[in-house]
Amino acid sequence: MELCASPMFGIALSILTFWIGVKIQKKTKLVICNPLIISIVLCIGVLLIFKIPYESYNEGGSIINMFLGPATACLAVSIYTKLELLKKNWLPILVGCAAGSLTSMVSVFLLCKLMGLDESMTMSLIPKSVTTPIAVSISGAHGGIVPVTVVAVIFTGILGSMLAPTLIRIFRMKDSITAGLAIGACSHAVGTSKAIEIGETEGAMSGLAIGICGILTVLFSLFL
Amino acid sequence: MKIIKQIGIIFSICWLAQVLEYFLPFDFPATVIGMILLFICLLTGILKIKHIQEKSDFLLSNMAFFFIPAGVSMINYLDILKSNALQLVLICVITTIVTFFVTAYSVHITMKLMNRKNIKSGGEQ
Repeated sequence: MELCASPMFGIALSILTFWIGVKIQKKTKLVICNPLIISIVLCIGVLLIFKIPYESYNEGGSIINMFLGPATACLAVSIYTKLELLKKNWLPILVGCAAGSLTSMVSVFLLCKLMGLDESMTMSLIPKSVTTPIAVSISGAHGGIVPVTVVAVIFTGILGSMLAPTLIRIFRMKDSITAGLAIGACSHAVGTSKAIEIGETEGAMSGLAIGICGILTVLFSLFL
Repeated sequence: MKIIKQIGIIFSICWLAQVLEYFLPFDFPATVIGMILLFICLLTGILKIKHIQEKSDFLLSNMAFFFIPAGVSMINYLDILKSNALQLVLICVITTIVTFFVTAYSVHITMKLMNRKNIKSGGEQ
């Protein structure tokens, strides 16, 4: 299996499985058929079935991983393009994102303690409401298990986008700014794709909440 | 050359962010420093959106793809996930609903207070 240790193998496998994931999502149109989840499951499946060591896959995987930093930096571009909207509503956006980020972190912490999860598990889950690259850095810096964080973040995103329409109805949040911020604060980019479907303002607000909640969560985590 | 230049700009910012992270006295992730640096560059006009448009569109629209290796490394932690599966699902469901509610409600109250203030100041004029 030495041939699989080429960086080409990991990259090709990741692209192929992701492509299959995108196809499946387009066909089924189900949020639960998230291309990232499908790709992860397929990659793990291939590695387990053919008994390929994770280290071989990671020769290529680490190269893909390197792009996470630049991709996160580019969130600045998506905030910048919504600058006008941000200036006009800066107070509700800031208050909402701060309250949301803090609530998410505190509620995760309390529930983890309640269910008796250990320190590393708790640290892996605390940043789970923010976008993956930021969550991963917070979790890594505080002794969390990064892969657990990735899974929790994606799962939370999918939950958020599935629950959003129902939650808006139950809490009677008719205002688009309110609804958009709430979706972005609890379910980052995956939720935002749902918010865009609900409406333009909802989408833009949710997109802003991704970056701002991310930065605020990093700031709050300094006190952990 | 255009794309190479854009990659150059973004990677330089990210590297600068890593340098800054190293010298900062507290834990602040380099990825977020990079994001703040890029935002400052755009605000001050050092960089224009058109300088990085194609590369950032590429990175943002394919964001999910870059997480595959991080997710696949779960293969080394399958036991932990299995033994904590129920707790994980419960925590995610409860905190998502609570976070949604608190965010929505705090935005709602802030906007209500702002409206009241606007009406008041409008009346005084």
